[in-house]
Order: sequence, then structure tokens, then C-alpha cells
Amino acid sequence: MKSKIQRGISLYSFQEEMFLGRMSVEDVVAFGASIGAKGIEILPEQNMPTFPNITDQQIGEWQDMLARHGAHFTCYDMFLDTKRRKDRLMSDEEQVESIHRDLVLCNRLGIKNMRILIFVRPDILEKCVPMAEKLDVHMGVEVHAPWYLDHAWILRTIEVADRLKTKHLGILPDMGIFMKHYPPAFRARFERQGARPEVTQFIVDQHEQKVMCEYTIYEVAVKMQGNKAEVAMAETLRHAPYANPKRIGDFAPYFRHIQAKFYEMNEDYTDPALAYDEVIPELVKAGWEGTLSSEYEGNRWIQDVHEVDSREQVRRQHVMFERLIAKAEAELA
Amino acid sequence: MFDKYIIDPASVANTGPADAPTGFSFTTKLGYYRGLGLSMVEDLKVSIDGEALPREAVLFDEGQGPLTLDQMEEAFDRRWAFGAPATITVALEGGFPKGEHKLTLQQRLRISYMPFPSFNNDEKVISF
Repeated sequence: MKSKIQRGISLYSFQEEMFLGRMSVEDVVAFGASIGAKGIEILPEQNMPTFPNITDQQIGEWQDMLARHGAHFTCYDMFLDTKRRKDRLMSDEEQVESIHRDLVLCNRLGIKNMRILIFVRPDILEKCVPMAEKLDVHMGVEVHAPWYLDHAWILRTIEVADRLKTKHLGILPDMGIFMKHYPPAFRARFERQGARPEVTQFIVDQHEQKVMCEYTIYEVAVKMQGNKAEVAMAETLRHAPYANPKRIGDFAPYFRHIQAKFYEMNEDYTDPALAYDEVIPELVKAGWEGTLSSEYEGNRWIQDVHEVDSREQVRRQHVMFERLIAKAEAELA
Repeated sequence: MFDKYIIDPASVANTGPADAPTGFSFTTKLGYYRGLGLSMVEDLKVSIDGEALPREAVLFDEGQGPLTLDQMEEAFDRRWAFGAPATITVALEGGFPKGEHKLTLQQRLRISYMPFPSFNNDEKVISF
């Protein structure tokens, strides 16, 4: 069975190098293309300094730049500043207007997928569906830890999409929801901040057994009299779900793009924390068509001691993707 | 996520006449993975050796002209771009104190999707 999964990168992955001015957007696109990851996910509010004022000339320059590397856009990551004003939240009308602004820019860039922040209300999105349909942009609500595919908040979006019978509203999973093992990079950072190894081992063991996080937090904070770093580490468990990969097939009709979150890759091209080895076979089995878009988020966990090398991390993840996709294809043949 | 890069320690300089400085300035980047409208920067708390300087003494300029922090909260049409240096100027008679001192900056941001404010902290030892 030949998979229709494509590989790409989010510009988010290179935030360390871009923030420090060590890589330009074009450097990132060129690197992606060099490893066969030609689908580019953009965060206009990160990568377009004049946002939200983008001229046709600027759009032309972006398209030319992508063409130089044989690359293409895959997804537009929107934001919604409901707290723009200190004295009040944005009204519903202002929220719709802001999302319309993004849908229009997304369409002008020729992008068909928009990542919707998970906190955006389903009833606001419902009001945006006509514009999304008109511009042919799929609005995918980011299913980000600690939420997961079956979470009631996510099911509300699915309910709206089903009721409207629209192909332009759905979800967009972030692979951080499949945290099967506690990330070693997190643990190491907390140990550098003063967490004792016996306490970090306890937290890792509890996560490995999928003990509900509040038990562990209480044990560490109260019974073990955990220090600041230990309590902070225990509290990360609130954002460390291991969603059931077997549910992917049921949700596959609702998503067209994946944020392939990761924190660190092993040298042997395996992910020590996220269950890609279980997720990718399910995607292949479902015949899912879309882009696995690298979202490296490890910089913040290692930058206190190591030089961050986002290129090497992303490269390793793509070797893993190629291997896991080929393996799943062979097994389903 | 970028705390350690927020203050550029090489940028610290006095302002006003060289023999009678009226304050000091330094460049800073927004500790966030995207740009942000200035109205969502709630506070830029500058401290020297742990002592906070008055909010009223602080001016911010991302390149479009200096604003007080109160004006910044009403600046709905201006943005601080990702990775872009901005200048903070602090009124302080005599300028930055001579010798070795700790300069601290805390950025307090109102990020709409987060349930609580976001704090970014950096501290650099400045020899002046």
C-alpha cells in the first residue's frame, strides 16, 4: 500500500536560529528542500515582519523564493489576540473579523490549510465557515496537549463540522498528544535546575505507568517535599498525555495536516518520547493524505547547556519518517 | 523560551550629556516565538542589583518612536516583530552606575491563548 503522506517542516522548528539571526527564512526553506521536506508551514506573525500588512509584491517574493527551492506552502498558523485590549476581550464580531483577515491572507498566499489555535471557540469558527468555504481554506483546530483527539472540547468542533456538512472545518493534530514516554530532555533540564535524580526517576516511572498526574504532583509536592524544580517537573505531567493512536483512523477525515511536534531525536533516528512508531502505521492504514510537518520544540530544553542544532534534529526526524512510512507500507502490502 | 537572549549586554550605554548622563539605554528582543502587538506588552520591569526602577522612567522604542509603558498599552497599530531588537531607555540621574552591576529585565506579556500572563526574565552582569 503506497502512502500519500508528504513530508514538510514548520518554520517554528528553527526559531532558535532565526531569533538569533543565524538562519534566514530562505536558509530554512533550502535546508528543508535538501532533506526532501518541501512542504513549508509558515507563521506569518513570526516570519513576516510587516504582518498584518503584506503587499502583493511581498507575496510574489515569497512565491519566487519557494520556487527557487522547489518548495511549496502547506499551512498557515493563525493567532487570535482576544486580549489585545487590557480593558476587555475582543467581541465576537472582532474575533470573526480577525479570523477573516487571516483567511484572506492565507488565500492570497495560495495556502489551503490554516492552523486554528485550540482556544478559539467553536461557535466563532462556525461563523467563519462561509468565508473559509469561499476561499477554499480548511480551518483545522490544533489538537494540542493536554487536549487529545477525543476531548470534549475537540468534539464540539467536530460536531459543528458535521452539522454544517462542511469540508472546511476540522482539526489539526499536534503529535505532542502521543507522549508515550517522558522526554529525557525535560528530565535533564530539571536535574540541572536542582531536581534530585531519585525524584525525577519517580516522576518518569509514574508517567511510564500512566498514573493520573495529580497523584504524582501531590506525592512530589507534599509527601516528598519536592523543591521548586521537582514540583515544576511533576507539573509538566499535566501536559503530557498519551492519546490512543488507534483512534487516528476515526478522526482522519477531519484533518489534512499534522504538526509533527518533537523535543529531541536519538542518534539512531528514534524519538525517545513520542509514539511515532505507533502513529505512522495508523496514518498509512487510514490512507491519510497530508503533510507531516516537523515542529521541533527542543531548543528551550537544552539552550542552557548546548548549542541548539535544529537542522540535525529535524534531519533525524525525517529519516525516521521515511523509515516508518516504508515499513508500514511494506507491512500493509 | 528565549530568556537568556533578551538583554543584549553589549548595548548598554548612557544617555544625555557625557559628563552628566540622564539615564541609560539597552536593546532587547521579545522573548516569544512570534511578534506581538505593543498593546499586549503589559510591563517591562527594569532592575539594577535587584532594585526595580519606576515604571514611569522607562521608554520603549521598536523603531517607530519612543513610548511610555502606559502609551505602549494603547499602541494598537504597532508591533514588536519576532527576533527584532528594540530599545529601552531608562531615566536615571547619573546614568548606569559605575562598576559591576546586575541589570535585570522582566517582560510581562498578555498572550491571549494562555490562562495567565507570560513572564520572560533575563539578567546580565554589566561592567560599566
